[in-house]
Amino acid sequence: MHPAFSVIIFTTLSGAGFGLLACLGLCAIAGGLPDNQPFAFVSIVLALGAVTIGLLSSTFHLGHPERAWRAFSQWRSSWLSREGVVSMLTYFPALVFAGGWVLLGRSDGIFALSGLLMSVLAMLAVLCTAGIYNSLKPIPAWHNNWVLPNYLALSAMSGILLLTALAGIFGYATKTMYAASLALITLALICKLAYWRFIDTTPAASTPESATGLGALGTVRLFKAPHTSENYLMKEMGFRIARKHARKLRIISVLFGFVLPFLLLAAANMSGGVTGTGLSVAAVCLSLIGLLTERWLFFAEAKHVVTLYYGRRLDAKTH
Amino acid sequence: MTSLPQQTGKQLGLVIDLDVCVGCHACAVNCKEWNTGGVAAPLTDINPYGEDPLGVWFNRIHSYETNKAGKGTTVHFPRSCLHCAEPACVTVCPTGASYKRAEDGIVLVNEDLCIGCKLCSWACPYGAREYDYDAGVMKKCTLCIDKIYNENLDPADRVPACVATCPTSARTFGDFADPNSAVSKLVRERGGYDLMPEMGYRPTNKYLPPRKKEAGEAPALAPIMESQQAGFLGWVDRLLSSV
Repeated sequence: MHPAFSVIIFTTLSGAGFGLLACLGLCAIAGGLPDNQPFAFVSIVLALGAVTIGLLSSTFHLGHPERAWRAFSQWRSSWLSREGVVSMLTYFPALVFAGGWVLLGRSDGIFALSGLLMSVLAMLAVLCTAGIYNSLKPIPAWHNNWVLPNYLALSAMSGILLLTALAGIFGYATKTMYAASLALITLALICKLAYWRFIDTTPAASTPESATGLGALGTVRLFKAPHTSENYLMKEMGFRIARKHARKLRIISVLFGFVLPFLLLAAANMSGGVTGTGLSVAAVCLSLIGLLTERWLFFAEAKHVVTLYYGRRLDAKTH
Repeated sequence: MTSLPQQTGKQLGLVIDLDVCVGCHACAVNCKEWNTGGVAAPLTDINPYGEDPLGVWFNRIHSYETNKAGKGTTVHFPRSCLHCAEPACVTVCPTGASYKRAEDGIVLVNEDLCIGCKLCSWACPYGAREYDYDAGVMKKCTLCIDKIYNENLDPADRVPACVATCPTSARTFGDFADPNSAVSKLVRERGGYDLMPEMGYRPTNKYLPPRKKEAGEAPALAPIMESQQAGFLGWVDRLLSSV
């Protein structure tokens, strides 16, 4: 699948933003958020900013962005519509929570409950994003049970990394935050590796034979393409990356997204203080590079069954 | 609404006979001709006379060759919207632009509601939807809805453009909900089948497989008859053969 830049930015940034909102809400309900206006302000701006920039970015790849509001209407059947609706709903408890924490310096009572609701909705929004991809049967790399855990774990991981760095900057980093960061990085990495193992080893259910129904006559090979230049289908669904690049990009993604942030945060946990804060900020920056690479691969490595009509096999070793 | 109708009155669609199709692309050309002036008009072409033309077509004609232990067949294969009974292209649409008509099962796009998110084209295993980069909306086969119901046309002409133009009558249009329609009979008699049944979209359009080649067919390049030489050389040939 063609990795549209706007969609990669959207899913990564809004995933991180929703993750941070979820972490903040859970901290509030656990009574762990300090009354510190700058900390509150920067956290909220960063979380809602990432979500908002991500959502706006997602409209850039539309043919008619001015009609984007229509996408709220079909939540009964469409995961994309559900994602839009839940994303918007998340703003309501988020703004109540933000008002309490930033303006009144309170994150208890009604504000903690808003925080909890905000956490639930934020994770539901990420679930809807995953649902969009998971629901697409023609793309086997997406239509499987590993997509949802991946999106949730990666969102939670980027959220806790952001929170740990922010808490460090304002002097509130705790051992629990570091421990949660290390645990979520490990969990997300396991999900990602399991996903890659699944898409690498699962044989394709659809073949040129099932696509044409000509299997009884033998193996089917494209003899003559319907057109001499690329059409929309080939541009959008027929995206190719060299296998060797996929491997290198996976290594980059694992290294920057998970391994280096883990090591930096483990070191930050031990050193603490200003050095610890510096290390956690570095971990966030590196993980962003890794996650953007991971998201690019999520699209670029996914093959669509329509390419079977254009002479490809889905489980062929060469992309 | 992108929720699907429980049941459609008629179930209009096509039967495509792969035994008869000669791969002439006339159906694709007439489709383009009719529909670039019809409800989905225009079927935009970008750089049509340049090096790398890119345009919207509702019908694409592939040619495949099959290979079974060295024996092969060439099969021409028209590919267009199958107007599925369970079209995920409709249910994924966030705006309600895509819909399946309850009265006849035709899957359509309301271009005024389409935001051009392209998700429907991702949801279609058959590549039926092509995005119009110029108009910023998705386009697809309408089963010539502006032709099949057009009362200004002679009743014989109220069939999709691809069907009307096919020189070998490889395409048949009709109502699959009626067990006595020409399409239903063809499917029964010739073993009409679904493309990619494993996807579970339950396509309306059916394909008829190429007929089995006649048994006892001569292998390629075998001599048609033994030569019977006359005269002296024939006598030598017969003599040497009998030794």
